[in-house]
Amino acid sequence: MAVIRTEKDPEALSLTVIAEFDAGVERVWQIWEDPRQLERWWGPPTWPATFDTHEFREGGSAGYYMTGPDGEKSRGWWKFTSIDAPHRLEFDDGFADESGGHVEAMGETHAVVTLEEAGDGRTRMTVVSRFESAEQLQQMLEMGMEEGLKQAMGQIDGILAERASV
Amino acid sequence: MVVDQLSESEVDRLFHALADSTRRSIVVRAISGEHSVSSLAASYAMSFAAVQKHVAVLEQASLVTKEKRGREQIVRANRETVRKARQLLDEYEKIWRQRADRIADILAEDSED
Repeated sequence: MAVIRTEKDPEALSLTVIAEFDAGVERVWQIWEDPRQLERWWGPPTWPATFDTHEFREGGSAGYYMTGPDGEKSRGWWKFTSIDAPHRLEFDDGFADESGGHVEAMGETHAVVTLEEAGDGRTRMTVVSRFESAEQLQQMLEMGMEEGLKQAMGQIDGILAERASV
Repeated sequence: MVVDQLSESEVDRLFHALADSTRRSIVVRAISGEHSVSSLAASYAMSFAAVQKHVAVLEQASLVTKEKRGREQIVRANRETVRKARQLLDEYEKIWRQRADRIADILAEDSED
């Protein structure tokens, strides 16, 4: 398991996840910077994400959609509020309508990502997610999380199969 | 989904109820056993009416139940709801655990090439 520690604060509606990866900081930065790599892990296997825009710079925005098992689409947007490559990234994450417009009523999540060297060429990634309301959090969870855990194994199989065919 | 079905307004009431330190403290006390509103009032530096108000907010959020017993109002925790409050964040934690595992898989491909 890549995650080594989590902290939950139900009153502040925030979650901190600390994970360690067997790769350098510059390499881990790419999984955020490169939309093709980002979309391989952002969505759960049942709701894969597709980023159609990804302006990876301060003030830039990203637009993505997640496709559910029955072909339904959930759209989201990001706004990069701070980027300090390759160590720190902050962005707001919210729901979008079909034309990509922000759905203000659903609120947004603010995420702060930090990457640090953890020794032996490893990287520690800390992600702090803060929600505006419990309603918003529940809505996010309903976006295809239902079977995520069960299906995660299937995606790992897919990646393994892909490697074998390279 | 794993989170038992709560309506959006129920979830909001829940988090609003837990956003206050006195109310959290009342819930903790109520989990350990039943208390009357007057005994709770005696534990906090506030009026009976203030404590009664806090209990009412907790009751609306289904975090506690209140029952009349003689002249006393007995407060009990609704453990089920307390559990649900954490469940939402537990669910979100799961999402990130899965994401981190997928990232690890992508990074592992580098060394295999």
